[in-house]
Amino acid sequence: MKTLEELMAIRNKMQGQVNLRAEDENAVRVVVGMATCGIAAGARPVLKAFSDAVQEKNLKNVMVVQSGCAGLCQYEPIVEINQPGKEKVTYVKMTAEKAAEVIELHLIGGEVVSKYTINSVMK
Amino acid sequence: MLPEISLNILDVAQNSISAGSELTEITVEIDTAADTLTVCINDTGCGMDEQQLKNVVDPFYTTRKTRKIGLGVPFFKMAAENTGGSFSITSEKDVGTKVKAVFGLSHIDRMPLGDMTFTIHTIVTLNDDKDFIYRYTVDGNGFTLDTREFRKILGGMPLNTPDVSVFIKQYLDENTAEINNGAIF
Repeated sequence: MKTLEELMAIRNKMQGQVNLRAEDENAVRVVVGMATCGIAAGARPVLKAFSDAVQEKNLKNVMVVQSGCAGLCQYEPIVEINQPGKEKVTYVKMTAEKAAEVIELHLIGGEVVSKYTINSVMK
Repeated sequence: MLPEISLNILDVAQNSISAGSELTEITVEIDTAADTLTVCINDTGCGMDEQQLKNVVDPFYTTRKTRKIGLGVPFFKMAAENTGGSFSITSEKDVGTKVKAVFGLSHIDRMPLGDMTFTIHTIVTLNDDKDFIYRYTVDGNGFTLDTREFRKILGGMPLNTPDVSVFIKQYLDENTAEINNGAIF
């Protein structure tokens, strides 16, 4: 049985060196729609891809959060990326694979992946 | 349609969080002798009055302004009732809401429990300002994850701190595997 003793060790290790991820104004917010429609359309692997990437690639400036239904159920899974000072980008019909591209190109590279945005679909 | 019980739990527990629940209890209890799988979600949110409570299992009722259909609770109810089980929801205004779904464990139409680790990990790490108790039991053997205990040890360190988040995932995965003892629900 895994116990909480290990948690104590983690705390001791992290204390001091951890720059607690402040929810500061400069953070990039990745918002994944996790209402019934989003979950049914496959938002779980998408959310998992983003939160795993933040951890594995150590993206300190990125916060992954979930939101409810935006009323665009037919375009779920929907992911919004809010970067301070920039226009909000809305990606639609996301998958874990598309999420991996968005992580590399947009979150790390700073370039919007236009082919997955809502604008490209609604044209 | 949500094809796993864990996805239904993820969805319905979200209602508790939206209702402002400070402490939400989620239990999954498997009883092979009684042939049941019981899911309870008890919250301390704003609760509902009698009229709302009557409406909540109606797919054409929702508090949302963006569209007119709310399928979360009806999906969960149907999934349980399709397996010869039962579903109940009770609530008291300003006190909280209790949801209970009983599934027929060996019923052919029972969907798999699915990835409970992901469901609980997501709920806990993405709502760091709220507390949760998750209890998983198979035939009386079980384990509990209580975020209040975690916080006591961690001091002010958030549950979504990378190392802590990984620990929570492992804690859920390893303890579930041990309780399941090779069985898959």
